[in-house]
Amino acid sequence: MSRRVAIVGVGWYGFRPVVEEASFREMMFEAAVRAYEDAGGINPRTDVDAFASCQEDFWEGIAIADEFAPEPIGGTLKPVFTTPGDGLQCVASAYMMIKTGQFDVVVAESHAKPSDIVNMHDIILFAMDPITTRAINMPNYHAIAALEAQAYMSRYNVPREALAYVVSKDKRNALLNERASYGANITVDDVLNMPYSVSPLTRLDIAPFVDAAVVVVLAGEDVARRFTDTPVWVDGIHWVTEDPSLEYHSWEFPRHAMLAAETAYKMAGIQDPIKELHFAEVDARYSFKELQFIEALKLAPPGEAHKLLLEGAFDRDGLFPVNPSGGALGEGVPLEVHGLARLLNAVLQLRGEAGRAQLGKAERAVVHSWRGVPTTTSVVAVLVGDVDGELAHNYFPTCVGNTY
Amino acid sequence: MSRNIYVKHRPAVIGAGLTLFRRRLLETPKELAWIAAKQALEEAGLTLKDIDCVVIGSAPDTFDGVHMKGEYLADGAGGVNKPVMRVFVGGATGVMVPIAAWWHVASGHCKTVLAVAEEKMSDADIPHPQAVFRYIWDPVTEVPLQPNLIWIFAMEMHRYMYKCGVKKEDIALVSVKNKRNALDHPAAQVAANITVDDVLKSEVLVWPVQLLDISPVSDGAAAFVVASEDIARRQTDTPVWIDGVGWALDTTSWTNRDLAFPEYANVAAQMAYRMAGITNPRKEIDVAEVYDPFDYKELHHMEGLGLAKKCEAPILTREGVTQRDGDLPINPSGGLLGVGNPIAAAGTMKVAEIYWQLAGKAGKRQVKKPVYTGLAHAWGDLMQASTVVIMRV
Repeated sequence: MSRRVAIVGVGWYGFRPVVEEASFREMMFEAAVRAYEDAGGINPRTDVDAFASCQEDFWEGIAIADEFAPEPIGGTLKPVFTTPGDGLQCVASAYMMIKTGQFDVVVAESHAKPSDIVNMHDIILFAMDPITTRAINMPNYHAIAALEAQAYMSRYNVPREALAYVVSKDKRNALLNERASYGANITVDDVLNMPYSVSPLTRLDIAPFVDAAVVVVLAGEDVARRFTDTPVWVDGIHWVTEDPSLEYHSWEFPRHAMLAAETAYKMAGIQDPIKELHFAEVDARYSFKELQFIEALKLAPPGEAHKLLLEGAFDRDGLFPVNPSGGALGEGVPLEVHGLARLLNAVLQLRGEAGRAQLGKAERAVVHSWRGVPTTTSVVAVLVGDVDGELAHNYFPTCVGNTY
Repeated sequence: MSRNIYVKHRPAVIGAGLTLFRRRLLETPKELAWIAAKQALEEAGLTLKDIDCVVIGSAPDTFDGVHMKGEYLADGAGGVNKPVMRVFVGGATGVMVPIAAWWHVASGHCKTVLAVAEEKMSDADIPHPQAVFRYIWDPVTEVPLQPNLIWIFAMEMHRYMYKCGVKKEDIALVSVKNKRNALDHPAAQVAANITVDDVLKSEVLVWPVQLLDISPVSDGAAAFVVASEDIARRQTDTPVWIDGVGWALDTTSWTNRDLAFPEYANVAAQMAYRMAGITNPRKEIDVAEVYDPFDYKELHHMEGLGLAKKCEAPILTREGVTQRDGDLPINPSGGLLGVGNPIAAAGTMKVAEIYWQLAGKAGKRQVKKPVYTGLAHAWGDLMQASTVVIMRV
C-alpha cells in the first residue's frame, strides 16, 4: 500500500535550559496534549494505533526507560515501543508502520532533560568503545568534534570566519524563534575574539543543552484530512549509520548524512535539492557541522559550503535559508529530541505558522539530524507542505535500499 | 486500526543464527553480534552486500556498559553504511526485533533486513548483574525502597499460585521440562536432567522463587534474516512467513495491576491473532515459544496468550500437553530456563527456534507433530510489556 504519510499534529514543551516545573513525564504529557489538540483534538486512547518513543537509558538515568513511555502519551495497554535513537528515527518507524497499511495513526515522541544530568561528560565517555577510545579518557569529549573540525577545515581550506558566520547567523535567526533560548545579536568578530574551548572551536561554536519534549502525530493519506486541513507530507525519510569507530569513519565528510539524503531525495523524487526545496533545518551541534551537513545534503558541492555561506546564500533572506529557526546553536540541543525539534520548526514553516521566523517561500524542506559525538548516525527527511502536494509526489520507489 | 490483509511485501524469515549462551564469554558484544549475524546470513544464502537494512535489539545499555549501545553494535551487526534501527522494550525486545523487521519489509522500505539481538550481562556490575535492576524503578517513589527484581516476581508468582490454587510441584514441572528440552540444544547454558524434587530442594532466593525456578545470567547473541516474498522464494524452499505481529505496554505502575493474569500479553496476542486471522489460538497454534525467565511465567503467559484458559496451564503441563511430543509443545528449544537468558538475544532465540521448527530444521529438537503455525513471545519492562509474532510456513 503506497499511501502517503502526513504529519497531522505537533506539540512541544520546554526548550528552556532548565525546565524546573515539570518532570520528564509531565513534559511528555504537556507536549502530547498539545500535539493531540493540534491534530484536531484526537483521543490517543481510541484514535492512535501505535506509539514510538525515542530516548536513551543513560540520558534518563533509568536502566529501562521504556517503562515510563506509555502513560504520559496515552499509550497504556496499546502498542508502544522505544527506539534508543534520534526522534526522527521514531518518525521513520512511524512512516514505515503507516506504509504497511496496518496502522493509520502513529505517534512519535521524544523527550530530554539534560539539566538533570550531573555527569554529562562521563556519560559521553560511556558511549565510546570501552577497549579503544574510552580508555584514552579524553578530558573533554568535544575534542572529537574539534578533531573533525580540524580535518574538515584543512582538507577544504575553510576559514574560521565561516564557522563564526554560522554562529552569528544561527543565533540571530534564533531571536525570531519563540522557542529558542540561545538567540543573540552577535557578530563574526565576537566569535573570533572568544578564546578556544577546544581549538578550533570556541564556547560559542558548541551548542548548549536544553530541556524539551516534542510529540508528532502521523497519519495515512486516506485519514489525514480527518485531523487537519494543513497536513505536512513526509515524502522521503531515511537513516544511515556509518562505521561507528572513530578510527575508521571519515572526519572530513559525513558520509552517513549523504547516504541518508540520497535515499530520502530519491523517495521524494527530488533531483536537484537546492532548486526543488526551499529551506533546510540541519544539525548544527557544532558550527562547522552545519557546513559539513550542507555539503552532505547536496545543498553545496563538497568543500564549497563556506564560500556560499560567506556570500549570504544560507541567510534567512538568502538563496536557500539553512536553520531559519536558529538550529541547535540558537535553540539548544535537547538530546534525542533534536531531530524532532528540527522537524517541528520545518512543519510550522510549511504550514505558515512560524510567526516572526516565517520565511517568504516555504513549501518544501529537508530536515536532518545527527546524534552527536561519538556517533555516526544521520536521519534525513523531505517534508512537503500541502500547497503543491500532487507536484512533488510523482514517484514511489518500492525499495530504497541496495538494489538486490 | 485498519486491517490490511494485502501486505504487498510479505516478509519471511529465511535464516537464523545463534552464539553459545554462556556466562562470561570472552568475545566483545560486537563480536557476539557478528557471530550470530554471519550464521544467519549463511543460512539465508546472502552476504552483507545483499542486506538493505539492519534492526538491532538490545536491552539495558547498563548490561554491556555502553551508552548508545545501538551505535556501538552497528558494525558488529553488519550495519556499516546501512540504515540501522534499534528497538528496545526491556525484556520483550527480543521479539520486538522481528516486529520491527516486519514493518521494515512490509512497508516496502527495505527488501532484506538483518535482525540482530545481543546482550552481554556478565560484564555488568559487581558482584552480580542483578544490581542493574536497582535503576529500573521510579526514581522518586520506588528507588529509595531499594527493591530487588526477584521480589516483585515472587509477589506475582505467589499471587498466581493463590488465585489458581497451583502447587510449587506443578510449577517445577516447567523447569524440569525446559531444562531437559535444552539437552538437545547446542547453545544451551543450563540444560540438565533434573527432577521436581531437585527444584523444590534448590536454594530459596525470594520465597516462592528458588534457584531452579529462574533463568541464569547469560551472554549471547541471536540473529535472523527477513526478506520480502520475491527474495525469500528465490533463496529458500522453506520461507517462514511473519503473518501477525502484536505488542502492548501496560502502565508503569505495576502495583496497580492484577498480578494473576497478564493482561498486556493478552492485548498483544489479540493484535497478532487479528492480523494473522487466528480465532482459536489453542487449536490453530501448533508450537509456541513462550517467555519463561521463571517457570511460573511460562504458565502465566500461556494463559495470557490464550493458549490455555485461566488457571488451566498447570493442568496442561501436568498432562504432558506442553512436552515436545505433546499436543501443544511449549518451548521445545528449552527456553530461557534451559538455553539461557541473554535478555534481548533470548527473545530472538525463540523466534529462531520457531523458524527452525516450522522449516523442519530443528534437528533433535523437532517436535513430534507436524507444525504449520508457530508463536514466539517475549515479556519485559516492569512486568508490563509483551511482544508476539505469529509465523507460518
